[in-house]
Amino acid sequence: MKRTIFRNQLLPWLLLAPQLAITFVFFLWPAAQAIRQSFLRQDAFGINTTFVGLSNFKALWTSPEYLNSLQVTAVFAVSVTILSMGFSLLLAVAVDRMIRSTSVYTTLLVWPYAVAPAVAGILWWFIFNPTIGVMPYVLATVGYDWNHISSKTDAMILVVIASAWKQISYNFLFFVAGLQSIPASLREAAAIDGAGPVRRFFDITLPLLSPTTFFLLVVNIVYAMFDTFAVIDATTEGGPAQATNIMVYKVYFDGFVGQNMGSSAAQSVVLMLIVIALTVIQFRWVEKKVAY
Amino acid sequence: MASITLDKIGKIYSGGTRAVGDVSIDIADGEFIVLVGPSGCGKSTLLRMVAGLESISEGTVRIGDRVVNDMEPADRDIAMVFQNYALYPHMSVRQNLAYGLKNRRTPKAEIDRRVAQAAEILQIGPYLDRKPRALSGGQRQRVAMGRAIVREPAAFLFDEPLSNLDAKLRVTMRLEIKDLQRRLRTTSIYVTHDQLEAMTLADRLVVLNGGRIEQIGTPLEVYRKPASTFVAGFIGSPAMNLISNRAVPHLPGTAHAGTIGIRPEDLTPAPDGPIDMEILAVEELGAQRLVHGQTGGERLTVTLPSGVELPRTLRLAWRPGSLHLFQAESGRRID
Repeated sequence: MKRTIFRNQLLPWLLLAPQLAITFVFFLWPAAQAIRQSFLRQDAFGINTTFVGLSNFKALWTSPEYLNSLQVTAVFAVSVTILSMGFSLLLAVAVDRMIRSTSVYTTLLVWPYAVAPAVAGILWWFIFNPTIGVMPYVLATVGYDWNHISSKTDAMILVVIASAWKQISYNFLFFVAGLQSIPASLREAAAIDGAGPVRRFFDITLPLLSPTTFFLLVVNIVYAMFDTFAVIDATTEGGPAQATNIMVYKVYFDGFVGQNMGSSAAQSVVLMLIVIALTVIQFRWVEKKVAY
Repeated sequence: MASITLDKIGKIYSGGTRAVGDVSIDIADGEFIVLVGPSGCGKSTLLRMVAGLESISEGTVRIGDRVVNDMEPADRDIAMVFQNYALYPHMSVRQNLAYGLKNRRTPKAEIDRRVAQAAEILQIGPYLDRKPRALSGGQRQRVAMGRAIVREPAAFLFDEPLSNLDAKLRVTMRLEIKDLQRRLRTTSIYVTHDQLEAMTLADRLVVLNGGRIEQIGTPLEVYRKPASTFVAGFIGSPAMNLISNRAVPHLPGTAHAGTIGIRPEDLTPAPDGPIDMEILAVEELGAQRLVHGQTGGERLTVTLPSGVELPRTLRLAWRPGSLHLFQAESGRRID
């Protein structure tokens, strides 16, 4: 890389200033506010604010609702990740085997990524709407009574599908790129070495895809945990009976609807720590352990 | 070990493009056949059809006494060495060698024995537990050969295995491959675009052009009696001079030929020689020099010893009996 030496000490700072300003105003400042607030308690009218130390955090670990939210988040994140990655890998393998019209197919599959999460949520909300939706009608013909408004399981399935659907395009693109970077001669060599298609996939393709897979694993978990707010808000709003109240939605609900700023801030600090942990794992592991 | 028979093989791609047509070759057990030709001549396609990596549109391929047209690559009892080696990057050298045997449910002890034996033959013992990326180009090449050897297949297929190596290593590996094939006596088909590699390795050469066979023969047969102007220009370095009959009017016995071929080394300076060449450029190779010039509007190359002062024009004569005559339209050889 080329190193540029600035004679003037001010110029480099000026060049960095816009980015630093944005980072400070929109990321560091709110984060600091959240941390500060997580140690405070406000009365209902916002008149008195007292320092309460770690009691907001302590309250979280004794709150059955928060522990439930942790569990819901885990189930949700794991389901979304498995569903979206599994499905997109399947699609990517199919595209990789195609000879013609690959680009058309790829382009079409990328479209969902351009759909806003809230719109995706509404879309699936309509499809699965117990009164007017297509899917409940279809499911009724096989004897399943779909109702995500009353059934916890149905609600979870709905938000998982809506969230995973949007992420499939993204995963798909990475998987296709990953697959195409594996030389065809490796699979041919394996074919000559007596490995059938399934064996080739598990012995050659999957291991060589592992850097991509691991990267997507982290990205998908982060997506499911933090970027799915709009999907939840547009479909179930965390219900029924807290069944789809994932952590990021609970932060919003407790803070802006419940007006419990201290607890909400403490929850967002917990989320922040999780993001930091995932990022560290991403950088430490992806770079070193998974490479072949 | 087995013979391989290609009977009127053809390859037509789904778009209707013909890559290979009417190729018949009988390869004897233990023979080293080299398919040589310029890029796009169909030589790799042909090899891949034998390997089972490309479907066969026309004709039949037999390995031993089995027709293998519709067999999976794994069932054809062949091993292939790829241009980019195609070593499995996530497996150690040992695992790379053992993979084909493991898939065929070879007993563990037998795998170990064969891997050890191949490592011994190719001197890759010290690297068995390394990953391919920790090996040099030559070592990777050896591992790729090892993967073919351990299988003890009926035939080896080589797809330009040396073209990723530097010039010096290529010469060394060329000798090693030849030596190895002599010891193992395994039927081999080797694809290359390098005519020198083809000449030095082959028991018999198959010269391909435009998906068809131009000539089959031992390297010396092909060199001494090229069947067409294409072969004449392709085999031999520097390439044979191919000049129009009209350009040099004084060559006896060439009246019915359209093109006359003279190898650069068959031309010698002679004060009363029939060819008058104007020198245009000289390439010094050390022991000898290549002198390029023209006569009657045709380019001509002569190999001459180094160190002699060159005049502006040279009078040349050819060694008696060294002329190659070709038909005007078809370019086929006239004997």
